[in-house]
Amino acid sequence: MEITLRKENTVNVISAQGRMDAVSAPDFDNFLEKLLSTGETNFIIDCKNLEYISSAGLQSILKAAKKLETTGGRILLCNLQGAVKDVFEISGFDSIFEIYDSPEAALEHFNGERP
Amino acid sequence: MKSTAKIENLPFLMRKVSARARKQGYSEERIKQIELALEEALVNVCRYAYPGACGDVEVLCRKADDKIVVDIIDTGVPFNPESVPDPELDSSSVCSRNLGGLGCFLIRKMADEIHYRRENNKNILTLVLGGHAKSAKQDQAHSKSRGNHVG
Repeated sequence: MEITLRKENTVNVISAQGRMDAVSAPDFDNFLEKLLSTGETNFIIDCKNLEYISSAGLQSILKAAKKLETTGGRILLCNLQGAVKDVFEISGFDSIFEIYDSPEAALEHFNGERP
Repeated sequence: MKSTAKIENLPFLMRKVSARARKQGYSEERIKQIELALEEALVNVCRYAYPGACGDVEVLCRKADDKIVVDIIDTGVPFNPESVPDPELDSSSVCSRNLGGLGCFLIRKMADEIHYRRENNKNILTLVLGGHAKSAKQDQAHSKSRGNHVG
């Protein structure tokens, strides 16, 4: 899996490409953990190029989201497609995360929250 | 395919099943679902079959009628994935959703049939994997109608 990061003001837009499985999920864990430890709180995970996700990937995202709840931060997702979208729906993760069609739409959500 | 039950060996263990599904003309969508069922089953073996020790896991793959049948065999502690209850799918918030329980649930959702038996001190988990992709929406409706029944 390839992970890239771009910053839009206070929001970290993370693009995950390839397979988020039991082999690669620990890398994603570490990536998120580093950002969390520097005090970052706003995240968008762009799944446009994510082809596959297993329970290990879902758990990585949920674990980070649980930590962010204590700091008032959050993770939004966008661009879910194909197998990844199906796994989110089957596992009920589409009910606990806000999912947008594009990073721009997710960014608008964060922008709308600003005082 | 036989290997030490370690997470880093998953791609090696899964390769042959994916190749067979591709050869049988399964769609890429269905192949990903099969890989998901297989990964979750193998992860259970890697993480829980041999607490504090190393052991092997074997993946046997055969064709039965128009379906692929996969046996996942280990000699670790007895574990029946069919006995694991479904996670709380109706949680509506991050804080109320538990981290665990998803793996066995996804195996059940992605396989057409699963069968477990303990034989000669071995766990043998059999996944029957047909060529039709599972639809998330149809499957959710089916799940509601059958409650938590496993099998």
